[in-house]
Amino acid sequence: MFKTFIFGIVSGVVIAAGLLYFVPAVDQHREASLISVQANGGNTESFHVNLPHDRIVVGAADKDAIPASLQWPRAAVLGDTQVELFKIRNRNDVVIGVASRISGTGTATGPVLEWALHLPARGTLYANLQPQPDDAGRRSGRLRAGTREFAAMTGSVNERFVRVDTAQDDEVDFEGRIELVTALVGSSERSE
Amino acid sequence: MKYAVPWLAGAVLGVLLFLAGLYYNPIANKLTVSPLAVSRQPLIDLAYSTVPTDAIAFTNNGESRISPYPEKIAELWEPTVRKTTVLVTLFTDSRGQAKGVGVKFASESERTRLLTGHALVDSAWHVYLPESGSLFVDQTENMWSYARNIVLPARWSSADSWRGTWHGITTSGPNALGTARVAGSSGRFADLTTEAVEAVNARAYSALQGPVSATGSLTIAAAEAAAD
Repeated sequence: MFKTFIFGIVSGVVIAAGLLYFVPAVDQHREASLISVQANGGNTESFHVNLPHDRIVVGAADKDAIPASLQWPRAAVLGDTQVELFKIRNRNDVVIGVASRISGTGTATGPVLEWALHLPARGTLYANLQPQPDDAGRRSGRLRAGTREFAAMTGSVNERFVRVDTAQDDEVDFEGRIELVTALVGSSERSE
Repeated sequence: MKYAVPWLAGAVLGVLLFLAGLYYNPIANKLTVSPLAVSRQPLIDLAYSTVPTDAIAFTNNGESRISPYPEKIAELWEPTVRKTTVLVTLFTDSRGQAKGVGVKFASESERTRLLTGHALVDSAWHVYLPESGSLFVDQTENMWSYARNIVLPARWSSADSWRGTWHGITTSGPNALGTARVAGSSGRFADLTTEAVEAVNARAYSALQGPVSATGSLTIAAAEAAAD
């Protein structure tokens, strides 16, 4: 009887250790990556934000905040800094992550426009874009850094705002979308 | 039946002993000395409050004990983001002067191994300091020590709270010395590549609403020109 009890203790320890070892504590939900291969060997992926539904936060001085109860800090140093948070969707219109868009004119930086796209199952992209759009309304920039899946990538990131005419299409219930297109290629230099 | 009852009783005791060993595991002690303490580079210290209601905004899946802030902020309920939190906060320097804003994304990591005391979070900071520049911090944080010393005692307490003084470094990678990877992008940080460490100073925690009194600090090793 006592030997069985001791054997039970050992079994309990082994079962608990085995469960913790083999059963993952965290399992992030994944959506398939919708990537197009480019002729030069890199890849292109497009993300978008449906406005206003995917807007989580807008914070800036002298601007209507989202949500309305958000209190933007009264700090002179922030100047015209604007912080926006969005949910990010893939080509299939499925939310796959969250993103921050920070813009402003700093004394040390001049005009700045940056995105950080956080895709929990894949990694994060950090891009610096030209603050002024070109004639086609597109802002272009470069990937400055990436994590995990994007750690060894370099390339470009383009932003474009597309207004949707809801009067002509009753099925569309959003006012517009921000499109982000990445064109990335593996960097042997970074991966070393 | 003769052997089933003692075996079952032993197995339950074995599981409890194992969990106790895990909780009191001395190897999984917290890191209190910053790996940047021996750095010869100037350090930039950015402080913020980890209390959600002190932040500009905080959101999660809406089912956590820690409520999103402010009211009516969109929650991250979609399957791909429901294990993620986002914090928007004001950064101050060591004298309490506002320096800029930061957005912190934090997602539970699939590399979490409780067996070895690794409760990992993949987090990233998007930092903008108008008088200095902008940068990005990529880090893996180990929240095991924080959970073991603060969150679990608060939940086990009859008052549903924890009070005390706890200081710990949460950054555990991805760099070899347990530091975070930093990439600068504009201003004095343009093209800067360096490392950082994040630490938490906690004084009070409520099992019902999360941190009550706690500050976080992001210490960035910077080149001379960037630190001015």
